[in-house]
Amino acid sequence: MLPDTDILLGLYRRMVRIRVFEEKVQELHRLGKLPGFVHVYVGEEAVAVGACSVLRDTDRITSTHRGHGHCIAKGADVAPMMAELFGRSDGYCRGKGGSMHIIDTSLGILGANGIVGGGIPMATGSGLADAVLGRDGVTVCFFGDGAANQGVLLEGLNLAAIWKLPVIYLCESNQYMEFTPTTDLTAGRIYRRGEPFGVASMEVDGNDVLEVRRVVGEAVDRARRGEGPSLIEAITYRFSGHSEGESAFVSAYRTEEEVESWKARDPVTCFRDLLQTEAGFTAAELDSIDAEEQEAVLKAVDFAEASPHPSPDEALDHVFAPAGG
Amino acid sequence: MANAYFMQAMNQALRAAMEEDETVIVMGEDVDRGVFGVTRGLIDTFGANRIRKTPISEAVFVGGAVGAAAAGLRPFAHVMFSSFFYVAMDQVANQAARLRYMSGGQVELPIVYFAGTGPSGSAAAQHSENPHSILMHTAGLKVVMPSTPYDAKGLMIAAIRDPNPVVYLADLRLSRRREPIPGDPYEIPLGVADVKRQGKDVTVVALASLVHLAVDVADKLEADGISVEVVDPRSLVPFDWDTIVASVRKTGRLVVADPARRLCGLAAEVIAGVSERAWDSLRSRPQRVTWPDIPVPFSPVLEARLDVGADDLEQAIRATLGSPVAVGSE
Repeated sequence: MLPDTDILLGLYRRMVRIRVFEEKVQELHRLGKLPGFVHVYVGEEAVAVGACSVLRDTDRITSTHRGHGHCIAKGADVAPMMAELFGRSDGYCRGKGGSMHIIDTSLGILGANGIVGGGIPMATGSGLADAVLGRDGVTVCFFGDGAANQGVLLEGLNLAAIWKLPVIYLCESNQYMEFTPTTDLTAGRIYRRGEPFGVASMEVDGNDVLEVRRVVGEAVDRARRGEGPSLIEAITYRFSGHSEGESAFVSAYRTEEEVESWKARDPVTCFRDLLQTEAGFTAAELDSIDAEEQEAVLKAVDFAEASPHPSPDEALDHVFAPAGG
Repeated sequence: MANAYFMQAMNQALRAAMEEDETVIVMGEDVDRGVFGVTRGLIDTFGANRIRKTPISEAVFVGGAVGAAAAGLRPFAHVMFSSFFYVAMDQVANQAARLRYMSGGQVELPIVYFAGTGPSGSAAAQHSENPHSILMHTAGLKVVMPSTPYDAKGLMIAAIRDPNPVVYLADLRLSRRREPIPGDPYEIPLGVADVKRQGKDVTVVALASLVHLAVDVADKLEADGISVEVVDPRSLVPFDWDTIVASVRKTGRLVVADPARRLCGLAAEVIAGVSERAWDSLRSRPQRVTWPDIPVPFSPVLEARLDVGADDLEQAIRATLGSPVAVGSE
């Protein structure tokens, strides 16, 4: 049975918002308008949107270097996000974090993270806080298949298992670890790494937003009931490179045919098709959502470009919190 | 006032902080027993929900403290030996020391990273580090390293109440040091040095167990008419330049005694900082006494070669007075 209309449209809107945002980011990067590294989430939208759709505002996530989608899915506003990518003072982090470090603690976004696997201990500790304080919050720890080979995953799974922490370790297997096929350098299946710890472990079609929502929803319910962590591997694909502009320094490492075969399973267009064929929405209804999101992202770019650069001396701020503050 | 050993003083502070604030939790290896005594007995009062005994997984509990702090706890993470900071260095340097800054000041991370530190007698190169200089250099970590039970308790209270990650290093050579301290909790603010001995001819800035060595050497030199002032910075980040510069302005001479390697160390920093601030007051070339730039060896004979000894310090003090000039302490 399909979820309610509002939920379906909400899922669609968030996925479109991510897609439009990321395509605009790619364009801005090509134009040389964005400083630094940019890693986009195009093709993986169903994972973040499906997972965050079952979270409360008070639940928390940790994200990755490819984090724009997670932040938008958890409710981040695209305007301060874009301003942050421009390094401007109205950015989420006042220009101190950039693309890889968008943080909004008021939305439970503990941060995108430039270190592969770096958020795994943080997510585990976030779950510990809920457990110690007797809250029924959950934390979703997004990480990629590349991060699955970091030792902290083993440490996190073990600790969360022995303490029954309300943490969902959600691996986005987009098939590549930087420029190398994951299967070249990864023994066994990633999701099965939870099994020896007694952690509920499963894989899910990461291009199917409703399946992600269902599977993560079950994991969230288990976590809220005090039944401990889950490890979910969402099988998906990034349509773009590891890093924008990578063709300047790395030769082709995947075939056009492979990319096209995954684009045929585009999570956004597949869900759009489903909404029309199975839920009775018209193309016009969905087009209007597309247009609204396009408009919002254009406004976000205007907002970012109009935002002042931080004063240079702000570089000296925010190292320490003031005592008593 | 009752007598307390060095680690007992910290234990009293931690207990008081846990009674005062129920979000203070302890985590680390064998914290239910408390290998150095700092966490001893807390499990009986506060239970296993707040005294979290972890597996030997430094990265996840050091980094876990970051997430826990961001989500409402005040974790005291017991890293055991300070060499183990290196095991968890990503979480220390890339996460704990960075999250507030990268977020543009959104988050407070009230964490204490506690570790016993320094050579403790043939513990060899992986259990004897004094990593304070590396941690000072990180930006985003406060660093304290007390020399007495009284200071240890007051600084621990301040460290736990501080809204930032504080690395608290307890020199293991001070474990048998005991003195009467107040039973009630009291706070010694971070960033306030303490003049441990008044003098007028030479300022010795000494850290942790070397504070006591410096006082002993100063007492001995008094017989020769040399008056040595011993200043203990206690807190390295933030650092109390005012007290140290005032002392050098008074004496005109500076020796820094740091139980750590020489290269890019605290001693170099103190000499540079004083030279910038009080160059016109210096009447002689500053001296530093440190370890050579070697890992800490195992053999008691070799370990003693590494240590800063009374003779090294005395020679350095005399050098600032124009007596036979020491060229380094190596």
